[in-house]
Amino acid sequence: MIELSKENFDAEVLEAEGLVFVDFWSPKCEPCMALMPEVIAFAEKNAGRAKFCKLDTAGNRRLAIAQKVMGLPTLVFYKGGEKVFSFDKEAIEEGGMAAVEAKLEELLA
Amino acid sequence: MSEVYDILIVGAGPGGLTAGIYGSRGRLKTAIIEKGRPGGQAATTMEMENYPGFYKEASGPEIMDEFLAHAKHFGTEVIKGQVTDLDLQGEVKKITTKSGETYQGRTVVLSPGATPRTLGVKGEGPLRGKGVSYCATCDADFFEDLDVVVVGNGDAAIEEAMYLTKFAETVTIIVIHDEGVLDCNKMSAEKAMKNPKIKWIWNSVLDEIQGEELVEGVNVKNIKTDEITNLEVNGVFVFIGSVPNTDFLEGKVALDKQGYIITNDRCETDIPGVYAVGDARVKFLRQVVTAAADGAIAAVCAERFLEGHVEGRVTPELLSKLNK
Repeated sequence: MIELSKENFDAEVLEAEGLVFVDFWSPKCEPCMALMPEVIAFAEKNAGRAKFCKLDTAGNRRLAIAQKVMGLPTLVFYKGGEKVFSFDKEAIEEGGMAAVEAKLEELLA
Repeated sequence: MSEVYDILIVGAGPGGLTAGIYGSRGRLKTAIIEKGRPGGQAATTMEMENYPGFYKEASGPEIMDEFLAHAKHFGTEVIKGQVTDLDLQGEVKKITTKSGETYQGRTVVLSPGATPRTLGVKGEGPLRGKGVSYCATCDADFFEDLDVVVVGNGDAAIEEAMYLTKFAETVTIIVIHDEGVLDCNKMSAEKAMKNPKIKWIWNSVLDEIQGEELVEGVNVKNIKTDEITNLEVNGVFVFIGSVPNTDFLEGKVALDKQGYIITNDRCETDIPGVYAVGDARVKFLRQVVTAAADGAIAAVCAERFLEGHVEGRVTPELLSKLNK
């Protein structure tokens, strides 16, 4: 997965053509750490079908807030640089990565 | 699924991990099934000053890491999986996870824990993860130099409010009681009252959360005068208790009307060889220390049960008494 920061966020996400997935996380966020192995597995499984990235919000607080993310974990899909769907902590707990996977298929269709 | 565990534990919070420690020290084949990261709600609580022996700058995640290391040290296995079905009848009990795996145990310790309760006010759902939070350790960083409100006044609310003052500019606590009355312990109350970053709104409840894409403000309602005041804030932290994670246990073990697992004081449920520990069981005090105590009791009861000594369970008489 591509590590995002304020230096490359615009180029990798907002100026990207296709579908981009971003995991907003932080090392202090226990639910994020619990989720991380599943997110990595999801990214590996679907490698090449979309761009998979993660953003450690610890050093990129303003960037996250500018993306309207103020809670962790948050998983967001961007298409053509526009935010098209986001999963918050409760949505992830409810549907698991299966729901995220279904959304990926829907957005690729 | 040929292996049969002596003790199969569902959930690796403090109760489940302690049952693991006692079970594996008793040389019993012990495993814990956990869907996320071990540690339960305690692992998302930064300020924890009441677990015996850990008072020097210990945090919830650190204490829970020690619990986990302790259980693994004595041989407890930790299996990743989300339990979707249980067959608790019969001598060998079966537990199935979301991925389709089935695990077998001669005894089962249920330690599913609880989830923070939501307020149910306008704006709360749409603004989750956008300023509305139930986890200070997850989200406090975002609120550096910003203003937040905390709803609630129990131990968790006041202690997490104190943690939030390390980041936020102001932390306003909305309390339903009269001025000066808090449900939390006296030491935390005294500390919070002295904290210059904490402001108080008494006799009040949160009525509405406003904001387009991020939280912009809240309406606070005074329950004595019905007067509504608008506050401009960027964050809303909700700590108003919890609900037990027992939906998947409905029809499997006896639950009370609120969904808590009914046990006797030996943590025995209404099914022989099945125990319940921690926040999800009917009890007076929900703390890490009482969850740990439950875990010890359940593991020892399970050990006795396996030896054929005791076959205790919650009796129909107790059930009918509790259900009244």
